[in-house]
Order: sequence, then structure tokens, then C-alpha cells
Amino acid sequence: MEKKDILLRVEHLSKYFGGRKNEFRAVDDVSFYIERGEVFGLVGESGCGKTTVGRTVIGLYPPTSGEIYLDGELIAAGTRSYLEKIKSAKEKCRQELAGATTNEERTHLKAEFERILRENRTAIKEAEQRARKSGDITSRIQMIFQDPSASLDPRMTVREIIAEGLVIRGGCRKEEIERRVLEMLELVGLLPEHASRYPHEFSGGQRQRIGIARAVIMSPELIIADEPVSALDVSVQAQVINLLDDLRRRFGMAVLFVAHDLSVVKYFSDRIGVMYFGKIVECAPSDELFKNPLHPYTRSLLSAIPLPDPIYERGRKRIIYEGAADSDSSEPPLMREVREGHFVMCTESEFEKYREGVR
Amino acid sequence: MTPRLSVKDLYVTFRTAVGKVHAVRGVSFDVDKGETLAIVGESGSGKSVTAKAILGILSGNASLESGEIIYDGMNLAKLHERKMCRLRGDRIAMVFQDPMSSLNPIVKVGRQITEAMILKNKLSPREAKARALKLMEEVGIPDPIRRFGQYPFEFSGGMRQRIVIAIALAADPDVLICDEPTTALDVSVQAQILELIERLKRERNLSVIFITHDLGVVANVADRVAVMYAGKMVEVGSAEDIFYRAAHPYTWALLSSMPDLDTQDALEAIPGTPPNMLDPPKGDAFAPRNRFAMQIDYEREPPMFKISETHSAATWLLHPKAPHVPVPATIAARIERMKNKRDGESHKPE
Repeated sequence: MEKKDILLRVEHLSKYFGGRKNEFRAVDDVSFYIERGEVFGLVGESGCGKTTVGRTVIGLYPPTSGEIYLDGELIAAGTRSYLEKIKSAKEKCRQELAGATTNEERTHLKAEFERILRENRTAIKEAEQRARKSGDITSRIQMIFQDPSASLDPRMTVREIIAEGLVIRGGCRKEEIERRVLEMLELVGLLPEHASRYPHEFSGGQRQRIGIARAVIMSPELIIADEPVSALDVSVQAQVINLLDDLRRRFGMAVLFVAHDLSVVKYFSDRIGVMYFGKIVECAPSDELFKNPLHPYTRSLLSAIPLPDPIYERGRKRIIYEGAADSDSSEPPLMREVREGHFVMCTESEFEKYREGVR
Repeated sequence: MTPRLSVKDLYVTFRTAVGKVHAVRGVSFDVDKGETLAIVGESGSGKSVTAKAILGILSGNASLESGEIIYDGMNLAKLHERKMCRLRGDRIAMVFQDPMSSLNPIVKVGRQITEAMILKNKLSPREAKARALKLMEEVGIPDPIRRFGQYPFEFSGGMRQRIVIAIALAADPDVLICDEPTTALDVSVQAQILELIERLKRERNLSVIFITHDLGVVANVADRVAVMYAGKMVEVGSAEDIFYRAAHPYTWALLSSMPDLDTQDALEAIPGTPPNMLDPPKGDAFAPRNRFAMQIDYEREPPMFKISETHSAATWLLHPKAPHVPVPATIAARIERMKNKRDGESHKPE
């Protein structure tokens, strides 16, 4: 197998909202990676945590636990898992101390506990430092938002909006910035005279182009596109998707594409992760996922896509997913590789069944 | 059989600070009993304005310049507001796009459903509640007794849209106008709502006017389809006519700009933007964005050419003297592919 050039790696990411009592697990132990220049699609119903994943990756939310690496470098980490490790070590140490008989044993146990404590405390410190430094990475990751009218400041001109990132990062002369802004406008199919206008003077599709220009001007390695076309008309949708596709090919940008329109995701993504209640339940190259959907939730999702064919639509059978069918089994489902690159969240017995199925 | 609702040559304009916007320019269509008519088009094509004109809820700066809306022997365009008020919500009901903003956030859903029954049908609160519970069950809300006393924020998007549908059905209407009812929803929830509307239509023999820009949804719900562009109907036909035998370049453009699950090549986006309706262009409004535009498209407006009993389109391409332009390859390929897919699935042993 060829070596992968992994740009973003997310490991055991969790994001919980709310306090201890009414904690809401928006994202729960999610792991995935994005290769350089690749489009990774995240799909799922609203409230499944796909937007939260995107926002946590770019640092809008601090993770509760888990790690995010950009280009092999840790950019964000949650502290919950370390705190829990310390807690359980403390508990274990206390129990074993009570059972220990010799002094030698006791000192050994204490030393062991100290080691665990030290290790995890450094990890926590590092994670906290990362959080403070996260400003550095935001120019390498950029975001395109869903609603182009809400994500552009109505009191800034298009020039100011597009240039803002460069101005904040600094190290650019005024003429240089102006040149880059005009270059970007042309790139996204707007005219130089648009630079001095305000967002309200543009249509939805044009506004989304401004949002794209604002992201691309920073020459990011990764773009997080959170439902970038859901608010647009069909005909404009196609224009914006073509533009995004063209730009990412030209600049070799990777894209984390969050959306709920499966036809668009299928068209645009190289690999797709299907999320359900905070977990990725299936992850595969897009052709493979649509050809061999294995997880029952994926199947139900795919069966709900309306297709532009009236006779087909009349005979369509929708598969209804009623939550985990294996809830009676005590074994927690794990991510397992059924076929090269095709991962499904399943139990051991389901895994055997899926393997039979794809053969 | 006379159609249940027929709109004839409807013309609506809006007075704005910069001039008169010609939003709907001579739209005509019929809807029969138990039929779903889908109106498709980009935003700004006048589809929502048409729906609002039928209900008589156009905003204050709008004026209905000409045209008739015939329902039950009455012309709604000329009807007195007091009489219109009796029809609205009662005989003709509407489901709006965003279930979040069409429900009152500080009133319990039960009261919102019964409101019209108590006001209009003069039911006692107890009778109204019994009927509301039955309606909630009919639209698929589990545990209606508990749900009756809850507020809209306690419902998910799909459930909220079911409440909105229940409210629309409260007075047992003949005509249901759905303005993008599933645009704000997920695919799986969307499929449920579409199934619900379809079932209610069958059970209650409703006439449904379904406004959307999603062609997949149109294929699912529509018996007949009307395609609108720049305030005009450019093509009307049965669902099969529109999806398999589309004749208007704008319909082609819409169909080929939408990716399906097998699309590999770059999407064929429609170039340019819709025309400015302050000053609608002479001739065919779609001409500047149309690959197949001819000289005459810029000069004279094409009439509706009849293609078959059910199918007609307003394009000069259908004129006997026009050159023959075949359906674009993307659409032909998709029709072929979908046909194979259907055949493949019907031969499956399951």
C-alpha cells in the first residue's frame, strides 16, 4: 500500500456540552484522518454532531477529550481523558496500598502513581498551552460557513472582509494585500469593482463566493466547509460546487465537507464518514460507501435520497432505522475494517456477517 | 370535470423605492382534486408570490394587476377580504418553509392547533382538543396527549413541521399549499414528511400545490409539474413529461445542474444570474443564459407550444421553423441510467 500523506488526524475526539448533570455528548469518541488534497465528507442528520466536529477542528470549541494533529503536530487536545486517568490511578493506588504488606511494595506503588500523575499533568499542561497558541494554526485551516448572509459583516466592504485575515496575520504590505484581494475576486468569479461594495448588494451565490475568497486568500491547507451550498438555489449550488472543486484542485487544499445533501456529498467527496448521534458509524471511499453501505443507519440514509426520476420515486422503498438493533448484546460496537479503507462500527458477530456480505 | 382551483393570467407587481418589480407575469394553471402540482424555479422566479396571491396574503406593497383565481365558482382575486378570511385556512391552507418561524414559540402547540377550530368552526374547547389529538395522531406524532401541552421548542424540526401540517389540516381544507416544506429538513425527515403529505392527499382527496426547487423532491411528490422562470411558466407537464421529455432549455439547465449519485463530470451550472424584475427583458427572459438561444429569443416572447395533451412549453425551439435541438447528453444519459437501475431493481429476487 502506498504511504498516505496525512494532513489532519483526529483521534478519539469528544466534545460534550453542558454541565456535569445534563451533559450532552455532541461528539463522542470520533477518529478520522484527511489526506493532503483530499475531500472528506461528513454526513448525518441535524444534531448528529457533524458541525461540532468541524468547529472543534478549527478551534472554535475546545475539545473535551481526544487529540487533533495537523501535519503531525498536535494542535488541540482535550484534558478529560487525562484527568480520568489520574483519577483512576489514584483510586487504584489507594486500593492497592491498603492491600500492600511490605514497605518496599508501598514505595513502589507510590512511585508508580507519581509517574502516572506526572505524565498526565504534562499532557494537560501541553493541551492548555496549545489552546492558547491555537491562533497560529487558524491561517492554515479556514472555514466556509453555511449562511452567507450571516457570516459576512454587513458593515464591512468586500475588500475589508477578504483582506481581514491577511491584515490580522500581518507581514503584508498594503499594495500586496490589495493585489491579493483583487486576484481572489477574479478567482471566485467576481469583478474588481465589487471590492468596494457591501455584502447586502450581492445575491446568495455571490455572497458565498465572497466567503470562499476570504478563506482561500490565506492559502490554507485545509478548508472546513460547513454546509456551504445548503442555503443556495440548485442552479447556484452547481456554480459554487464547481468553484470549490476547481480551487481545491488548483491549490491542492484538503476539504472537510460537512453537508446533509447526499447527492452533493457523493459528487464532491473522495471519502465519506457517516455520523449518527455523535459517532462515526461508517467511513469509506465514496463510491464504495454508496455501492456497499453496511451499517443499517447508512442504508436508511441512502434510501431516503430523492432522485430525479418519477417512476423510480413512486416505487421507492425507504429503509427505516430504529436505533441500534444490537442493543441487547453487551459487547460495545467498535470500528472495524471490513474491506480495505471501509470501516464500520459493529460488533464481532456483525463484523463476520458484513465480511461475508462484501465478498 | 372542472378543476378545483384555476389560476388565469395572474399578474402581480410590487412597488419598491427603485420602481415596480414585475414578480409574476401572466401565470395560468389548474389543480384538480386529489392532484399534486409542483411549482419549480429559482428563488425570485415568483413561485412563492403566486402561492401568496392565491391565499390573498401578499404584502402591502404588492398589487394584483390582473388575472383570476377561480375557486368554487368564486374569483378570489376580487373577493372581499371578509369573505376571503373565511376561506383562508379553512378551505385553502398553507404550510410554510421554516417550521421554526411559523409556530408561535410561547404558545403551547395544542392551543395553536385548536385555535382555528374554536375560532372558525365554533367548536367547544373540549371537542377541539379531541379533534386536535386525532389530527396529531394522523400526522404521526407519538404520544399526542403529552405532546399537546408542550411548546414548539420541545419538538424536533421534523415534528414541528408535522405540527404545522396538523394546523393546516385543522379545518379540513380542500387545497393545501406547501411552500418549500422540507427545505429546512434532513433527507430522512424529508422523506417522512413527503410520505405524510402523500398519504394525507390520498386519504382526504386534497389538491396540493407544492413549491420547491429540489427536483428530487418534485419527482417524488408531483403528478404534474410547472416550471417557472422570471415570473412566467416556461413549461408545464406531467411528472413524466418534465423528467423524461423536457423541452424547455431552462428545464434542461435545471435538470443538468443537479448532481445525482452517479455524476462524475463537472456540474453544468447555469451561467449568469436571473434577470432584474424591475425591468423584465423583452423576448424570452432566459435567453441570455441559454446556450441554445436564437435571435428571435431576444426579440419576441415565445408562446406556449403544445407538445402533447398534457405537456406544453414556451420556447421558440418548438416552432416548426426552429432547428432541431436534442435533449442535452447529461439528461439523456441520466434517464437511461435510471431506467437500467429500475430494471435492475425490479429483477432483484428480494
